[in-house]
Amino acid sequence: MDFTLTKEQQDIKKAAREFALGEFPERAQEFDRNETFDLDIWRKACELGFVGVFIDEAYGGAGLGFFEHCLITEEFWAVDAGMANAVITATFGAELLGMFGTEEQKKRYLPPLVQGEAITGTAITEPDAGSDVTGAITTALRDGDEYVINGTKMFITNGDIANYLLVFCQTDPDNPDRHRRHAFFIVETDRPGFEATKMHGKLGIRANDTAEISLSNVRVPASNRVGEEGNGFRALMAFFNVTRLHICAMAVGIARAALEESIAHIKKRHQFGAPLASFQANQFKIAEMATKIRAARNLYYEAAWLADSGKMDHALVAMAKWFSGEIAVRCADEALQMHGGYGYIDEYKVQRIYRDAKIVEIYEGTKEIEKVIVARSLLG
Amino acid sequence: MDIVVCVKRVPLTEEVDLVIDGQKKGIKKDQLAFVLNDWDNYAIEEAVLLTEKHGGTVTAITVGNEDDEEVLRRCLAMGADRAIRIEAGDTSRFDSFGISKMLSRVVKDLPFDLVFTGVLADDDYCGMVGMMVAEQLGITHANMVTAIEIEDGKVRTTSELEGGLGEVSLIELPALLAIQTGINEPRYVSILGIRKAAKKELKVMDLSELGMSDEELSPMAIIDEVYLPPETEGAQILAGDPDKIASDFLEILTKKGVME
Repeated sequence: MDFTLTKEQQDIKKAAREFALGEFPERAQEFDRNETFDLDIWRKACELGFVGVFIDEAYGGAGLGFFEHCLITEEFWAVDAGMANAVITATFGAELLGMFGTEEQKKRYLPPLVQGEAITGTAITEPDAGSDVTGAITTALRDGDEYVINGTKMFITNGDIANYLLVFCQTDPDNPDRHRRHAFFIVETDRPGFEATKMHGKLGIRANDTAEISLSNVRVPASNRVGEEGNGFRALMAFFNVTRLHICAMAVGIARAALEESIAHIKKRHQFGAPLASFQANQFKIAEMATKIRAARNLYYEAAWLADSGKMDHALVAMAKWFSGEIAVRCADEALQMHGGYGYIDEYKVQRIYRDAKIVEIYEGTKEIEKVIVARSLLG
Repeated sequence: MDIVVCVKRVPLTEEVDLVIDGQKKGIKKDQLAFVLNDWDNYAIEEAVLLTEKHGGTVTAITVGNEDDEEVLRRCLAMGADRAIRIEAGDTSRFDSFGISKMLSRVVKDLPFDLVFTGVLADDDYCGMVGMMVAEQLGITHANMVTAIEIEDGKVRTTSELEGGLGEVSLIELPALLAIQTGINEPRYVSILGIRKAAKKELKVMDLSELGMSDEELSPMAIIDEVYLPPETEGAQILAGDPDKIASDFLEILTKKGVME
């Protein structure tokens, strides 16, 4: 087996790290404290081609794989999770359009995402439908050449700043098969009846916009439907298979950040007349973190490589997602522990890492849901 | 305006505890990350900026092994047109003299108006290769260059001098300029740049192609020993209440002539 990245992949990884180190550290605390972001940084990342590398060249992207997108994501998250997400989630939904959109939809909606002219997001979760996505009751009912959309969506990434969202709606509420009731729709956020309310008080990734969405008689042309009616759930699962890979990269990135901060701190800080790094209790923590990170990375590398090779293994993606999420949270916890009181203060990056890490165990499939997927693949 | 830029891949040593190797001839590098020498990063940026403005080509050259090609790929991604790697085996057996001989042998057969090097390299801090290359090519050089203007086939340079002084010179071409950091703001490497770089020429030349032997390149200076500075006496710790610490501190500053 050859675990070596290609020269191009090595160069992409280095370029992403250099960009993140050049742009993120100076402003990370400000954006975290104020729940804000400077979109010029996102534009700069777009100019350099870091945003939406998986988008096909025909639609303005680099035509690279989800693996390369993961490499960029890991490097960005290793520097600052909130700012990383504010940049890279601007294409969150492009994966769905790429897989299920019409040629016309792809030509119209994908290039602006790469060019730094538009931001998107995917609206799935509702107040009463989280892990149980088939329970989503936002409706899209056909009315001539249009659909009329009504409902509420929660925790929507980029909801307040997106130019358009991909909204998961019920088109056939009475279908006896709950997996055949939904479809996705492109909803431009300037349509009458669309309202976004920015959500405040998130634990972490606070530079990244999150909003509650209200859709009240929002009319979209039938041509905005992505895929067939009743195909929404299948599309969503295919979408999650690739976007969960990105979550793995986020998790490994932030776990790495936790390890890097820990090593720097315990080599510098002395207690009982010796550096913290000389105590075996801390050495074991470092060894365990490094091993977990390596294992999580190998899991997601394999899953992403298979995905780009056209051999999607959804159970492997699920394994990688829960495992990487869990080790991210564990590593962040150990990192803060080694920082002691300093880690409890937001002047230290490790406090932000601790808060930012938790989300990777929650969004795009909680770790419990991931385990259900793994178990079903084994038990039927 | 054809510009040749000599670059070097160096270990990243910031915030790293350096360890001397077993032979005491250098530092252990196996756990270190490597990057393009900072000064060379400014040099390649300056060359690309000048050719974007005045036309011409940028050629990046390094002496090193296949791993060192990463800095050439970076130069190509930043806008250099082509790159040359001189394969000379273990480069640790060469000093600045040997490196400069290899570089100048390659450069002399290339079309060039300007040759850029960094002022020095982050690893050995010798700062000699630039001037030696200029000498071997028989061309003028300027060191510590912080600004460049092209004027009627000549180049107007600003150089840093000691004590905060600056010096402006009008130099005939061809010339070699050793570039100081801060001369510009090096660009980030873009994904498009990386993809374009893969299609650009990266030529590898070995010593036999250059008609050079180890004998000709044997070092004029040999590192005898690398060592960590011996620990000196501990720092003076000021103790007592804040008022006493402040007055003691002021007294020291006054005694040392920092304050009157």
